Amino acid sequence: MVRLLSEWLKGAILEVQEYLRLIGRVGSGLVTKPIYGRDIIEQLDAIGIGSLTVVFLTGAFTGAVLALQSGMTLDQFGARPAVGRLVAASMVRELGPVLTALMVTGRVGSGIAAELGSMMVTDQIAALRALGTDPIRKLVVPRVVAGTVMVPILTILSDALGIAGGALISNFQLRVGYSVYWNNVVQGLYPEDLWMGLIKPVVLGFALVSIGCHVGLRTKGGTQGVGRATTNAVVAASVAVLAVDFFLTKLLITLMY
Amino acid sequence: MAVTSPTQRSTRGAATRPQDADTPVVSFDQVSLAFDDKVILDGISFTLLSGRMKIILGASGAGKSTILRLILGLLKPDGGRIIVNGHEVHSMQESDLMQVRSKLGMVFQEGALFDSLTVRENVGYRLYEETDLPIETVDRRVAEVLGYVGLGEYGERMPSELSGGQRRRVAIARALTSKPEILLYDEPTTGLDPITALTIDDEIIKLRDLEEVSSIIVTHQLRDAFYIATHEAVRKDGELDFVPAAPAKAEEIEFIVLKDGHIHFEGQADELRGSDDPYIKSFLS
Repeated sequence: MVRLLSEWLKGAILEVQEYLRLIGRVGSGLVTKPIYGRDIIEQLDAIGIGSLTVVFLTGAFTGAVLALQSGMTLDQFGARPAVGRLVAASMVRELGPVLTALMVTGRVGSGIAAELGSMMVTDQIAALRALGTDPIRKLVVPRVVAGTVMVPILTILSDALGIAGGALISNFQLRVGYSVYWNNVVQGLYPEDLWMGLIKPVVLGFALVSIGCHVGLRTKGGTQGVGRATTNAVVAASVAVLAVDFFLTKLLITLMY
Repeated sequence: MAVTSPTQRSTRGAATRPQDADTPVVSFDQVSLAFDDKVILDGISFTLLSGRMKIILGASGAGKSTILRLILGLLKPDGGRIIVNGHEVHSMQESDLMQVRSKLGMVFQEGALFDSLTVRENVGYRLYEETDLPIETVDRRVAEVLGYVGLGEYGERMPSELSGGQRRRVAIARALTSKPEILLYDEPTTGLDPITALTIDDEIIKLRDLEEVSSIIVTHQLRDAFYIATHEAVRKDGELDFVPAAPAKAEEIEFIVLKDGHIHFEGQADELRGSDDPYIKSFLS
């Protein structure tokens, strides 16, 4: 039992060490040549444009359901007109960044792990190195850059769609006029909220993509290993998104509010 | 089989051989490697001379492919020295290894072609991505090597559209594009039918004898290993022919048999066939 625990602990420490090494190499790859610009553009398209539909739908429905649910609760205090304030603050500060990150994890994190995992088990990564290419610069840096840039942009769009979805529900279901709703949205959002809503997705985007890359590059064991890596990437990145979100929220509240 | 004249070959030559004959190009000195408790290589020493060929045989898991990965610096040994073209690859950083690898070509088991790239992009990968050569120059070079392996018409196909033998030939073409001084083949004919395997064997012989590329082949396909070791490529009246190797050529090709992490046998094809060693006999039977 002790031996098993010790081996598990050693394995976990090794994973963290390897992840940190990967981050270090990504950092070095960002500031030194060669930088594969075409791959960065391809990944911006794959991660950003490719995730638009799922992020739009998630944002719109989340804002709508938030308006529905909060409308009922606010009624108890006679504060139904404040629904706009609640939807906007919730979307911008919390739900927009986290749900967007989780959606991108499901769509992109799993894809990255599967793609890099397949390349590992079919020796394509070794072939890249044999051909004089650093796989971290060629495969990981473009994905991390794209994730870090595109998740905040997707989050802004998700926030906007969420607030718009809330507006529709407020108007047609809760009978709160658009002017009241939007007035509440503007009044309810402070610059600190906007900063929080922008800083979080940068960190979450970086985390989810780098975890996907790390898990993909550690794939062993043929096609079964690729399947395992894909699952592990989604689980690890999703948990990381939620955990990082908590600690980051705590930090930002301490620093900004 | 039609073949270009020597003068034509100098322009479409697949590789160059800048070293003097008999210069060591790969040298293993007491190299050891273990994965956890499993010893893969234990004090391996051998030397490959320029223009020569080593054929490494051994059972599955004997460490044959590991030797190729050590030469490329994809793995680091636990002990010993590995010298490739004068560089001590056992102690070099990944960034420094890129220069060493630019002189090496590796044909991976199953090809390891990039799925998302066309045959042309695969073959020209190193030149497209890692050099500043004009695209037209790279395209010309890619066309040359694809023609050399008989796949000139396949440039725009995806790897998934190729047969197993064609994928291996594309892998050979990819390894040739940047004119390597040393070619490493990892199980180049495994999983291929005998006739397709023979075409790959002929490509390997052609590169060794006509382009004088130093090479190491790792295989457990005895038929292919002995065919490569006992045949040479010659030109007769402008035609390429594969004939039994002359004694001088046969001397340039050596077998290494690995067993339990050690070199169990090192010598030429005749010596291997005539060995009385029970393991060798059992291995060859």
